[in-house]
Amino acid sequence: MNRIVGLIGLWLALTLTGCAKPQPYDYTAFRQSNPKSILVLPPINESVDINASHSLLSQVAFPLAESGYYVFPVAVVEETFLQNGMTTPQDINSVSIDKLYKIFSADAVLYLTIKEYGTKYLVITSDTRVTADAKLVDLKNGQLLWSGSATASSSEQQSNSGGGVIGLLAAAIVDQIANTIMERGHNIAGITSVRLLSASTPRGMLHGPRSPLYGKEHL
Amino acid sequence: MLPEKKNIFLLIFIMLLGGCAGNKNIYYWENYQSNIYQYYQKEKTSPEEQIASLKESVEKSRAQDKSVPPGLHAQMGLLYVNTGNGVEALREFETEKELFPESAQFMDYLLSKNKGNKK
Repeated sequence: MNRIVGLIGLWLALTLTGCAKPQPYDYTAFRQSNPKSILVLPPINESVDINASHSLLSQVAFPLAESGYYVFPVAVVEETFLQNGMTTPQDINSVSIDKLYKIFSADAVLYLTIKEYGTKYLVITSDTRVTADAKLVDLKNGQLLWSGSATASSSEQQSNSGGGVIGLLAAAIVDQIANTIMERGHNIAGITSVRLLSASTPRGMLHGPRSPLYGKEHL
Repeated sequence: MLPEKKNIFLLIFIMLLGGCAGNKNIYYWENYQSNIYQYYQKEKTSPEEQIASLKESVEKSRAQDKSVPPGLHAQMGLLYVNTGNGVEALREFETEKELFPESAQFMDYLLSKNKGNKK
């Protein structure tokens, strides 16, 4: 069973990277910190779509929780900041780690930046793309534990730009389900989130203690 | 494309995400994430509708013998706070803390803050 999981994991890893051999990532700090719980702050939005931050934020729990972490309830967290006078992602992202630790007692905080979120109209088609960066920081000492970046696009089906099988399926789903541009962006953001925050991806997050794969990564 | 075909694509996609044939997810997700998204799009669904949808998820997760995802009960607590149902809100925050002790400090903060709203 484990071998099957491993093989499929390997195959997934290969398809996700388009068969390029990934550079090894230094997980020393990550392993030492060994976080169990992750506080995700509202993403800083560098795109022009005002919907982007909430669209991505509402979809981070799935990959992180399935990777084995306790994920703080994102909307409840944001509401807590709002009630304390911090109304924008910029405000919230500049709160000191000491203060964050005092309120939430999380092991780590995840900072997200949305680089792209939106649709470009090309001659005969349109391309919806969501790109985001992530930084995981230890909430006790401020040390950077991991950072990564991911992108997903509606035109992966046509260009097959490294999306592999998941990309193909994703494109098909998005074409079928999304009736509006807004929905389409949201669906693509969900794929970006899974690529960015799932453990067992090359240079990705490690598994957390609530996952059966915790501590079983061979790096 | 026929709706059935669409479902097959979705199923395959979800199976891929699970990393193995069959649903190997740790938690019973269903509509938790779309529920959060709806919370942000305030005008589209009412808090009452969102509570009902999350309640349904809790029931279905029991039937499948899986836990609901981290945060779901706290989200329900928030919705109860927003609809003025303090007692239910406290119960949900307690449940979140029970299921996920990692949340204890934050849940205690929310519990102490909302105790005054008890009705």
